[in-house]
Amino acid sequence: MPDKILKELTLKIWRQKNAKAKGGFETYKIRDISGGTSFLEMLDILNEQLVSENKEPVAFDHDCREGICGMCSLFINGRAHGPDDEVTTCQLHLRRFKDGETITIEPRSSGAFPVIKDLIVDRKAFEKIQQAGGYVSVTTGGVPDGNAIPVPSEKAEEAMDAAACIGCGACVATCKNSSAMLFVAAKVSQLALLPQGKIEAARRARAMVAKMDELGFGNCTNTGACESECPKKISIEHIARLNREYLKAKLQE
Amino acid sequence: MNKLDAKIPEGALAEKWANHKAHIGVVSPANKRKLDIIVVGTGLAGGSAAASLAELGYNVLSFCYQDSPRRAHSIAAQGGINAAKNYQNDNDSIYRLFYETIKGGDYRAREANVYRLAEVSGAIIDQCVAQGVPFARDYGGLLDNRSFGGALVSRTFYARGQTGQQLLLGCYGALNRQVKNGNVKVYSRHEVLDVVVIDGKARGVIARDLVTGKIERFGAHAVVLATGGYGNVFFLSTNAMGCNVSAAWQAYKRGAFFGNPCFVQIHPTCIPVHGDQQSKLTLMSESLRNDGRVWVPKKKEDAEKLQAGTISTNDIPDEDRDFYLERRYPAFGNLVPRDVASRAAKERCDAGFGVNNTGKAVFLDFKYAIQRLGEETIRKRYGNLFQMYEKITDVNPYREPMMIYPAIHYSMGGLWVDYNLMTTIPGLYAIGECNFSDHGANRLGASALMQGLADGYFILPYTIGDYLAKEIQTPKINTASPEFNEAEQRVNDRLRALGEIKGTKSPDHFHKLLGRVMWDHVGMARDAKGLEQASRMIQELKQEFYRDLRVTGDLSAMNNELEKAARVADFFELAELMTRDAIERAESCGGHFRLESVTGEGEAKRDDDRYRHVSAWEYKGDDNAPELHQEPLVYENIQIAQRSYK
Repeated sequence: MPDKILKELTLKIWRQKNAKAKGGFETYKIRDISGGTSFLEMLDILNEQLVSENKEPVAFDHDCREGICGMCSLFINGRAHGPDDEVTTCQLHLRRFKDGETITIEPRSSGAFPVIKDLIVDRKAFEKIQQAGGYVSVTTGGVPDGNAIPVPSEKAEEAMDAAACIGCGACVATCKNSSAMLFVAAKVSQLALLPQGKIEAARRARAMVAKMDELGFGNCTNTGACESECPKKISIEHIARLNREYLKAKLQE
Repeated sequence: MNKLDAKIPEGALAEKWANHKAHIGVVSPANKRKLDIIVVGTGLAGGSAAASLAELGYNVLSFCYQDSPRRAHSIAAQGGINAAKNYQNDNDSIYRLFYETIKGGDYRAREANVYRLAEVSGAIIDQCVAQGVPFARDYGGLLDNRSFGGALVSRTFYARGQTGQQLLLGCYGALNRQVKNGNVKVYSRHEVLDVVVIDGKARGVIARDLVTGKIERFGAHAVVLATGGYGNVFFLSTNAMGCNVSAAWQAYKRGAFFGNPCFVQIHPTCIPVHGDQQSKLTLMSESLRNDGRVWVPKKKEDAEKLQAGTISTNDIPDEDRDFYLERRYPAFGNLVPRDVASRAAKERCDAGFGVNNTGKAVFLDFKYAIQRLGEETIRKRYGNLFQMYEKITDVNPYREPMMIYPAIHYSMGGLWVDYNLMTTIPGLYAIGECNFSDHGANRLGASALMQGLADGYFILPYTIGDYLAKEIQTPKINTASPEFNEAEQRVNDRLRALGEIKGTKSPDHFHKLLGRVMWDHVGMARDAKGLEQASRMIQELKQEFYRDLRVTGDLSAMNNELEKAARVADFFELAELMTRDAIERAESCGGHFRLESVTGEGEAKRDDDRYRHVSAWEYKGDDNAPELHQEPLVYENIQIAQRSYK
């Protein structure tokens, strides 16, 4: 069945030339667009329009457009990844909007995620947290057979729930404290649940939390906002597991 | 003299790799510290190679255009990874995986490479498990398997519908560990735009910092390209938006031969195109064909009514449904290889039996599996894929069948490499999808992840040592040399030229037009006339591009339009080579289907007498035709036959 056509949408988009420049909102119109168009395809169409007017297009991060790379990162009408649940910005479609609606599009910036240009932010802080300990310390080769250590399927499933994190940063952007606890917890919890990662679980928790604090992310005050805005529905139960591992690490000190 | 030496080791097939490893050079730990290696790309091949080389003690410089190595497009692979573990006791073996891969590739891949791939496949699973990859497990806690197209056994390991993501995050962890240890420096948001060759050897790259717009030089004792495939030459594909051929293409222009450029894979199960303003196609995992049945209406009038929207799918009784894959290929049914399934879908749609308002779609129906297994089992197997489908199409696949259509997905062609994965430029390696080596004319499902990780974890770290053992006396590469000056100048000139056209049309405008020409004439079905026509159209479009391109914004700052323009410029040249290669190969094989070469039953017909070889193209300058070299394919261990899945 063909999708409905939206006659007009008004877009208020954050424009900022570079990290140092002062930014502000610009208003654009999009006309006669199909509800089956994805949100980012709408931005592609807007950008074509801007180029035809010899204006600079809107810079935004995106890549896989299948909801898995975690590159897309917009705040749409005040919500990370927009009004739909369990989708990333790239999977959001215009049929979720009303004809004539005004849509506000902002970068997901925070102290730890500064704006690079327009809607693009710098998420290198996430890299540094992962580098601090988000792995199992094995080198290539010399590992046992894949079936040498059975893993209860419910543990593997729970680890997979946590491992589904795409590192988009919606949790940080949504948290009133700009905490990265859900992001850190997803990795700590995934690896703590599996026998392969359990050995280093406490040390990993300590290292990743220390790095998160050092980088200026805020504290977790258990509001649960991160979980509700997470496109992959990572549960805050993983934060509880992180806290347990962290406590163990502290007791070992 | 033939310039192609594949360097395939002597000896029996099963002993080649072991013998080769035993006799190649090894660099001592003290010397590894003095050697720099550039790895371009951070997907499964590049990420695993960068991590493994750093673990060995080399200094690794790792590049990606995304903001993090974790976002490389391997992340989007859904269904699984093959390995000849025989955990299911279903008579799998290294030989069987080897054989099915060669056959699946329609006898256009190199025996020794494919055997080695099958040989190391088991170790990949062990490695990933040790890294904490949460593979699916059965109730006893052991690893679970599923079936994939083109295979008679269950050897595919998976992590829900996110296998690529989980494998990539495993290798991202290994990479991060090496960053922490100081052995890897990651250059994210950097695009490699040229390869620097000094005295015939690869010695570095020129890259653009995508944030600052600055052109930078990087030297190294060896360069590894792991830049993925070139499916985006078609504009609409399942590749990520940023996937491009630029680094590989510039390597070709510096002297690396390009192997089998016309071999691209068209994946049968993608969400159909919905309109003319679409930017991207979404894949639905092949694993869905395990439980979904593919069909179109038997009666043309039913198809027409469905297209017009006057009846609904559930109005068509089972006896009026044509399960055409089961009908045509009773042995493999819905699990025939991708090229076969894609062509069969096109055949039905071209004959007027397609569905959707466009007539360009077929059904993938889970009704029967839900009846057999229950909705909960289906949800457990494919829940996230069903959710994704519903979000994109607004149709609930638990209630109504999915609609799918083939789309460009993977490139089997790529830079020509020898057994050591080295290109024809000494010191320049190509791994993963970027090379041409293991999949012949058609890749089997769940084999891309296997190849990427095999190359990066277990093959390149050995073979590169053989080259670098002779480089231990070479000091740090001086990036102030004339060759680096010249390469940087070339990149600057190229980008400035694009900026100075100051025409009226965006890079995307030209990219879409190019993609249309490629899809129509160099896509699922090709013939000499269409290809010749494509060749002319590409020329005209390319001239138009250089006359009327508009690149807005500042060239020496972050500029997405400039990035796109540079990629499209390279896609134009690649498109010419793909078309030339497709014209030259006047046989059908795998994904390359020439209408002039079919069997009486409409299946692809190879011409082994004339085309049992790899076509490797050598660049001869912008104004000259490239030169074709042929690497004959020798089959000593399997009987080659006309491929049949009936």
